[in-house]
Amino acid sequence: MTPNTNTLSDTIHSEYPHTFVSDIEQEIAPFATKTSTQEENLVHSENSILDEIVQSEYKYGFVSDIEQEIAPKGLSEDVVRMISAKKEEPAWMLEWRLSAYRHWLTMKEPTWSNVHYPQIDFNDISYYAAPKPKKDAPKSLDEIDPELREVFNKLGIPLVEQERISGIAVDAVLDSVSVATTFKKKLYDMGVIFCSMSEAIREYPELVQKYLGSVVPVSDNFYSALNSAVFSDGSFCFIPKGVRCPMELSTYFRINAKDTGQFERTLIVAEESSYVSYLEGCTAPMRDENQLHAAVVEIVALDNAEVKYSTVQNWYPGDKEGKGGIYNFVTKRGLCAGVNSKISWTQVETGSAITWKYPSVILKGDNSIGEFYSVAVTNNFQQADTGTKMYHIGKNTKSRIVSKGISAGKSQNSYRGLVKINKSADNARNFSQCDSLLIGDRCGAHTFPYIEAGNKNATIEHEATTSKIGEDILFYCNQRGIPTEEAIALIVNGYCKEVMNQLPMEFAVEAQRLLAVSLEGSVG
Amino acid sequence: MLNINNLHASIEDKQILKGINLQVNPGEVHAIMGPNGSGKSTLASILAGREDYTVTDGNVLFKGNELLEMSPEERAQSGIFLAFQYPVEIPGVSTANFLKTALNEVRKSRGEEPLDAMDFLKIMKQKAALLELDHSFLQRSLNEGFSGGEKKRNEIFQMAMLEPTLAILDETDSGLDIDALKIVANGVNALRNDHNSFIVVTHYQRLLNYIVPDFVHVLYKGKIVRSGGKELAMELEEIGYDWIKEEMAENI
Repeated sequence: MTPNTNTLSDTIHSEYPHTFVSDIEQEIAPFATKTSTQEENLVHSENSILDEIVQSEYKYGFVSDIEQEIAPKGLSEDVVRMISAKKEEPAWMLEWRLSAYRHWLTMKEPTWSNVHYPQIDFNDISYYAAPKPKKDAPKSLDEIDPELREVFNKLGIPLVEQERISGIAVDAVLDSVSVATTFKKKLYDMGVIFCSMSEAIREYPELVQKYLGSVVPVSDNFYSALNSAVFSDGSFCFIPKGVRCPMELSTYFRINAKDTGQFERTLIVAEESSYVSYLEGCTAPMRDENQLHAAVVEIVALDNAEVKYSTVQNWYPGDKEGKGGIYNFVTKRGLCAGVNSKISWTQVETGSAITWKYPSVILKGDNSIGEFYSVAVTNNFQQADTGTKMYHIGKNTKSRIVSKGISAGKSQNSYRGLVKINKSADNARNFSQCDSLLIGDRCGAHTFPYIEAGNKNATIEHEATTSKIGEDILFYCNQRGIPTEEAIALIVNGYCKEVMNQLPMEFAVEAQRLLAVSLEGSVG
Repeated sequence: MLNINNLHASIEDKQILKGINLQVNPGEVHAIMGPNGSGKSTLASILAGREDYTVTDGNVLFKGNELLEMSPEERAQSGIFLAFQYPVEIPGVSTANFLKTALNEVRKSRGEEPLDAMDFLKIMKQKAALLELDHSFLQRSLNEGFSGGEKKRNEIFQMAMLEPTLAILDETDSGLDIDALKIVANGVNALRNDHNSFIVVTHYQRLLNYIVPDFVHVLYKGKIVRSGGKELAMELEEIGYDWIKEEMAENI
C-alpha cells in the first residue's frame, strides 16, 4: 500500500472498506415544479399540515422526437467494437475499451451502499444512441440540426455564442454524443482545449492516452469498468501552463432516448499554475422505466494548479409513487498531482431516483488542498448515498468537507465519507461538517463517516448535526405570514448557504430556485 | 375588531374551551388570566390557527371575516400576531432575513411592492432601538442559542416590525427578569394606539403593572368566569385563584 503514481489504484479503491447491506423498501418518486398560489392556499385545510402534498411536475420531463440511431440492447465485445467504430477511434482506444470490458465481466455489482433497487439487467440496456446525422457533421454552430438546437433551447441552453452567456462556454451532450461546443475558437486561441471526448481522442491522442484512466483506473470499480468499456461522449478540457481560463466551462448532459444508458466520460487536465472553473448540468425525460447513468470524471491538477468543479444534478427522480427515474452511479475523482494544487468539488444533487456518488480528491502533492461542498436533496422515494473521499498522501495537505443532506417525503439520504491519512502525510489536516435536515417524519438521514489516520501529526475534526423542520417551525413561520412552501425554501436556503456560496453566481441562483422547486410538496 | 362567540374546542376528545365569549374593540387591551390548565394558551393558539385543536362549536369574527376559516398565514397577513410562549429556533436563518421574508409576504398579500434592502434596514434599526436590541443580535440565526429573555424580546421586536392590528401575547412575561420585563412592556406600550388591540395572556399580575389593561378576564375550566377592569387583576394578585375554585365548586 505504498503510494506512488503507478500504484494509486492499489491504494485508492473506489469500494468502501466496509460493506453494507440495506433492506430499505425500494421505490422511487416525484419531484416538483412551481405550483400556483391557489394550490398553496389549499394546503391547510385537512388533517395536520405534514400530511399534505402539493402536486407538482418535473419541468424537464419532455421527450424530443429526434431521429436517432440506437444500438440493439445488450453488451458484448461486438457492441464495444461497434461503439469504437462509430466514433472512428484509433486501435489503442479500442484495445483500452476491450480490456475494460473483459475486466468488467469478472466484477460483481456492488451492494454495500445504503440504497435498494431491483437487479439491473445489463443486457436490457442499449449502450449507444445518437441523433442521426442529416448530412455531414456540422462544421460550425450555425449548421446544427434545428431540432437539436430546439431541444437545448427548451432546456434554457442556447447553442449560440450570445452576449448574454458570453461568460460560459457550453458543450452539449445528447444521449451518447456531443452535439455542439460553443466558444471553441476563442478558447483555442488561449491554448485552452475544450471539446467533446470523441473529438479529443481523434485530435489530441497523446494527451488523452497520457491522462485517461490515470485517476480512475479501468479496474477501479464495477461502474467505472463498465464506463471505460462503453463510454460514449463527454467533455475534455485542457488548460495549459500558466493560463487562467477566461470563462466558465460547462457541459450540459441530456438523456433523451428510451432504454438507453448514458455513460459519459469527462477528463480535465490543469497544467502548472493554471486555473479553471467547470460546471456540469443534467436533465432527462420522464419515463416509467429506470435509466442508468454511469459517468466517470477525472481531474488532474499539476503544480500550483486549481480546478473548481460544480455540478447541479437534476436528473428525473421518478414520479410520486417511485416509478421511473435515473440511476445515477458515478465515479468522480481528482488528483492533486502537483505541489500547492487545489481541487474543489461543489455539488447540488436534487434529481435521480438513486444517487451513488463520491467525488474524491487524492492529495498527492505537498501542500495540496481538496474540498467537497455538497447539498443532497431527496424527496418522495428518492435515495441518495453520497459523500466524498479525501486521501492525504503529501505533506501539509488539507481537506475540507461540508455536506448538507436534506430528506423529505419517504426518501432516504446517506452521507458516506472517508478521510484517509497516509503515513507519509505529515501535518495533514481535515475538517468535516456533516449536517442532516429532515422535513416531516417519514424520511431518513444516515451518516457513515470513516476516518483512517496513519500519521500521528494529523489533525482531523468532524462535526455533525441533525435538525428537523417540524410542524412547530412551520406554524411559527405561517403565523408570521410566511406560507409553508416559502418557509421551507427560506429554511433550506439558510441551511445550505455555506455550500451555495461556493457556486458561480449564475449557478447559485439557479440552484437556489431548483432547491425550492425540488422540495415543493415535500411536506408529506 | 374581534368577536368570539360561544367558542368550544377540544384536543384529542378532551374539551378545553367550553363556551368563550369575548369582544375586543380597536385600541383596547384585554388581559386574560387564570390558573394553569384553564385554557388560556389554547385560546391564543386557536386564534392564531394552530391545527392541534378541534373547534366543536361557536365562531370567531375578525374584522367581519370568519377567522376560523382562514389559514394561519392568512390570519397573520390580515393582522393577527401571536407572541409565542415557546418561540422556535431556526438555524441558518437570521432574524433579519426571517423578518424581511415575513414582512414582504404580508406586503405581497396586500398587493404592495416588497421593501428594498435599504428601507427594510431603516425600519429594522428604528424598531430594534425600541426593544434595546443590538444590531449583531439581528444577524444571528433566529432564536438559536438565545436566552429565554432574548427570545421574548425578539418576539416583541417581530411584533413591532409587522405592526399587527391584533397582538396576542402568550405568557410573554414567563421567564423574564424585571429589567427584561420592563423593556418588553415599554415596547408594547410604544406600539399601543387607537387602531390596534392586544390580548395579554398571563398567569401573574406583575406584567399588568407595566402594560395596563382596559379589561381583565378570568378564565377557569374553559370559561370566562369573571370580567372587570384593571382592579380585578390586583384583587387576584392579593387573594390568588383559590376563591374562584371554591366559588365554582359551590355552584356545582
